[in-house]
Amino acid sequence: MGNTTYLLEMKNICKEFPGVKALDNAQLMLRHGSVHALMGENGAGKSTLMKCLFGIYIEDSGEIYLEGKPIRFDNPKQALEHGVSMVHQELNQVRQTRVMDNIWLGRFPQKGITIDEKKMYQDTKQIFEDLEIDIDPKQKIENLSVSQCQMVEIAKAVSYDAKIIVMDEPTSSLTEKEVEHLFRIINRLRDKGCGIIYISHKMEEILKISDDVTIMRDGKWIATHSAKELTTDKIISLMVGRDLTHRFPPKTNRPGKTILEVKNLTATYKPSIEEVSFELREGEILGIAGLMGSKRTEILETIFGIRKKESGQILLHGKEVENRDSREAIKNGFALLTEERRRTGIFAVLNIKFNSMIANISQYTNKLGVLNDKAIEKDTNWVIERMAVKTPSHKTLIRYLSGGNQQKVILGRWLLTNPEILMLDEPTRGIDVGAKYEIYQLIIDLANKGKGIIVVSSEMPELLGITDRILVMSNGRVAGMVNTQETNQEEILRLAAKYL
Amino acid sequence: MNLKILDKKWDKKNIGDLLVNNAIYFVILVLIGIIIAMDNSFLSLQNFRFIITQASTRVILALGVAGLLVLAGTDLSVGRMVGFSSVISASLLQAPDYARRIYPDMAQLPLIVPILLVVFMTGLFSVISGFVVAKFKVHAFIVTLGAQLMIYGITSLYYDAVGASPIAGLDTRFTSFAQGDINLGIIAIPKLVIYAAITSAIIWFIWNKTKLGKNMFAVGGNEEAATVSGVNIIKTIVLVYLIAGILYGFAGFLEVARTGSATNNLGNGYELDAIAACVVGGVSFNGGVGSIAGIITGVIMFQIINYGLSYVDVSPYIQYIIKGLIIVIAVAIDMRKYIKRK
Repeated sequence: MGNTTYLLEMKNICKEFPGVKALDNAQLMLRHGSVHALMGENGAGKSTLMKCLFGIYIEDSGEIYLEGKPIRFDNPKQALEHGVSMVHQELNQVRQTRVMDNIWLGRFPQKGITIDEKKMYQDTKQIFEDLEIDIDPKQKIENLSVSQCQMVEIAKAVSYDAKIIVMDEPTSSLTEKEVEHLFRIINRLRDKGCGIIYISHKMEEILKISDDVTIMRDGKWIATHSAKELTTDKIISLMVGRDLTHRFPPKTNRPGKTILEVKNLTATYKPSIEEVSFELREGEILGIAGLMGSKRTEILETIFGIRKKESGQILLHGKEVENRDSREAIKNGFALLTEERRRTGIFAVLNIKFNSMIANISQYTNKLGVLNDKAIEKDTNWVIERMAVKTPSHKTLIRYLSGGNQQKVILGRWLLTNPEILMLDEPTRGIDVGAKYEIYQLIIDLANKGKGIIVVSSEMPELLGITDRILVMSNGRVAGMVNTQETNQEEILRLAAKYL
Repeated sequence: MNLKILDKKWDKKNIGDLLVNNAIYFVILVLIGIIIAMDNSFLSLQNFRFIITQASTRVILALGVAGLLVLAGTDLSVGRMVGFSSVISASLLQAPDYARRIYPDMAQLPLIVPILLVVFMTGLFSVISGFVVAKFKVHAFIVTLGAQLMIYGITSLYYDAVGASPIAGLDTRFTSFAQGDINLGIIAIPKLVIYAAITSAIIWFIWNKTKLGKNMFAVGGNEEAATVSGVNIIKTIVLVYLIAGILYGFAGFLEVARTGSATNNLGNGYELDAIAACVVGGVSFNGGVGSIAGIITGVIMFQIINYGLSYVDVSPYIQYIIKGLIIVIAVAIDMRKYIKRK
């Protein structure tokens, strides 16, 4: 039963991933000719909701109505054909081809058996003129600036005669002037009757451009208000407000003297971190907060030597270390648990034993490069026991374990190297609640043993729950350092937006 | 808890998976069954000896290329390395009384000299390929394709310079190095089989008991994770190529000693047999997976098919079709494990 006064209705959408309830009765009602902002913290379920709309995920339950008619798309192509399109945060364009090839990809106008280049050119030109976009359709994508690429992407969405256009963080890499142009385009589309779903973290922008605002938290619909009724503070408090008790083990660690100093760290390949400085103490858990793209991971990678450092110093116990590559960093007592477990963490096709020992391999090797199997097995068993990895044997391939157990193995891998500085990038991403608690407990235990720990996380409650201090990053720069005891999510969110 | 997981492993679906994952062996066993049914004299000790002797040099080559497959690479230059090694060693080891000796005045060399020379050269060629792959990130397919052509050119130039006719009349010390048996009590084992066995043992040791072996699996399994874990990617790749080159050189040396003469075309296409045997033996083209036992099984299975189909007079053209099918089926089954299910 749809209501035709709405262009799009998404009702009671639920989606569960193993161990995680990503969407819990989420809801979104988009009016004709309106800009509807979708807001929430990282992980609140905004992207998942949009992926359900596009048929990238299939929702477990719930209804979607497009102009009153129930719909369910099996894939993004179907969504596009029904006038639902999306401008992605990360542009996936074929960079070596021309602008117009990208726009008409998959549905080139045909003339007999050949592609009708002329029609393609003229149609592209027409759309660009309508949107006041000044780009030559025959230009190669790789020669365009980021904002121009974005414009092309919007034009592509329009070219599908889109009724609904979803924009995911469209302004994250645009200058102020470019943002103005984008807003002109958005207004024009709205006047044509399109519905725009606008995902962004930037409060001022949202209040300026949107008509309605829907706020999500923990996969749930929290509120939908007219933008006129809202203020930045009100949005933040709606986004945040949740109960923090019992999700974290008691904090027993006591920070001691300074162990690591990072001074004016700047990475070579831009855009990246600039002039990042901070100190880390023994037994301290230091959080790093920031929005997506604020270059938190890059700090860890630069310290660990897998991202090139242009300038700045890393001092361990007051002595400068270079960390030119990961081997040197490991030797100096650094460890890095990477963000993307699948891509840079696990060796999926290899077993737990292998996955446990690999970073510490030099310790098991004699001068001829021959390994000491007994030592490896002993350490592997230690990892399995200490981390409480649930597995039938150390010969099990790691890909058969759950995300949480994989993460424990990799954390164990790094503990075997006996690091002084443990850097954890999104240590609980994609892990169920129970395993999260276990990992928090491990982190606190390690701090109790005097290790210096840095935790990058997009989950604000996690940072507030386990860290001692939080370094807030904004756009590659340090926006501030706060004491966890004395801060709150509002302050951190404000700092995170400082250099946007 | 642990027991529960173990129980899970043996439900119907997993047994089905087990069957599918080993399907290629069943296919080959059925084929062998058919060969035996057509001519049961195939099942003789003599035939078995022929097969494992012929498989010996192939095992050595397959062990070389398998390392590169584990690295998620490949090697198209295997055959031409074998050719290079054969031609050089044959030209240096002709019998002193052979009338058409290429170097009539050269003293009789101890066998170890040409072995070391060819192994050094093929090792060097391979290291160069490996360095280009590792340092400049050129795909191994391209690099070794180039190497294949260049090495063939070098071999052919040399072959032309020394007379452009098959190099024969080999020193008996040389031929008897590869031909004949070693008697171990009551059983006589072909020398080639012994060389292959020793080589397999050494490579097994490297793969399973050394840092290099583990690093090789790490690079092939997930290069980015290996980088983060402190593995020296370039060094690992270059060393694996070095080992492969040494094995090719050694196999070429044995091959010419076994056949008794060499031309610049010897070894042509051997890489395809070696890669096919690895794939049938469970070495994944996606890298990170493979075992010595699997590779040896793969080579022997392939050799049985080769020999067996000829034994029962199957047309060589049909043999091509059967072998082609086996390769594609083997890889299709391998890929099944990686296809993501939504």
